[in-house]
Amino acid sequence: MRLFAALVLCAFFIPAFGGVEITRFDSPEQERRYQEIIRGLRCLVCQNQTLAESGAGLAADMRGAVARMVREGASDGEITDFITARYGDFALYRPPLKKETAALWIFPFALALLLLCLLPLFFRRRRRAALDETGMRRAAEILGEKRGGG
Amino acid sequence: MKRFLPFLFFIPLALLMLAGLQLNPRLVPSPLVGKTAPAFSLPELNGAAESISPQTMAGRAWLLNVWASWCVGCRAEHALLAEMQERGAAIVGLNYKDEPDAARAWLAEFGDPYVYSAADSEGAAALDWGVYGVPETFVIDGGGVVRRKHVGPLDETAAREIMLLLENLGGGNS
Repeated sequence: MRLFAALVLCAFFIPAFGGVEITRFDSPEQERRYQEIIRGLRCLVCQNQTLAESGAGLAADMRGAVARMVREGASDGEITDFITARYGDFALYRPPLKKETAALWIFPFALALLLLCLLPLFFRRRRRAALDETGMRRAAEILGEKRGGG
Repeated sequence: MKRFLPFLFFIPLALLMLAGLQLNPRLVPSPLVGKTAPAFSLPELNGAAESISPQTMAGRAWLLNVWASWCVGCRAEHALLAEMQERGAAIVGLNYKDEPDAARAWLAEFGDPYVYSAADSEGAAALDWGVYGVPETFVIDGGGVVRRKHVGPLDETAAREIMLLLENLGGGNS
């Protein structure tokens, strides 16, 4: 039983470490920055994974480049520029707001605003559909007849 | 009239999504197009030159084809590359993360369409060129500016368009 549990645990552990190499830094602060940066960058091979998650060879290369720049003391902006100069804004999980990405940023808010405006309309219609007093009495009568007759 | 109101929202949304389905998410536009080709200096695979850099090709339009002996798509586009070379295209191979011996054997077996083959065994140059899927093909003009990028194996259409672009840039027939 214990062996079984150990095997189950192993099954969960192996993929978690798969494809992530050991990276050494001079300080925990650098390590923290590195982790934060690679979580915000997209792997171009397996597009819905971040650099932190991806086991692809290219992701390892990109992580290596980020690690090197972190060790050399590059700023977040410099590292982001390095990646976007090669792979474009697509590589960023949080793309900057500019002409090409405006629709991406504005559309969700515009949609939410539109629906918020339509919300009172929806409630009004619902209230109108509800029965008034005479309607309620008439409904009770019909239901009573049914019950009596059935 | 009111019952058609939902369609007013639904139909444009459906059309938008239909258009979205036609797009290929694998095609990431390269920010390099229109910019100066990134520099590299790499050993030549066959020893045809001391080292290869984009400077080696300065003054004429050329192609950079990223390939590897382990890459199936490269095998698929190989015949087209040979044809383009025959028609006068100057193609430089960027041998990506490959064993030099395996790469040389591959060229010996299937034919060598490259003027030079730069050996990028670490993939460092490819990273600078924004390569994310082999094979990839870049068109560089005589001024050293990247003019076009093709991701994935070349097909007839892409090959024709690239040849046309090369001719316009003055690198088609030499």
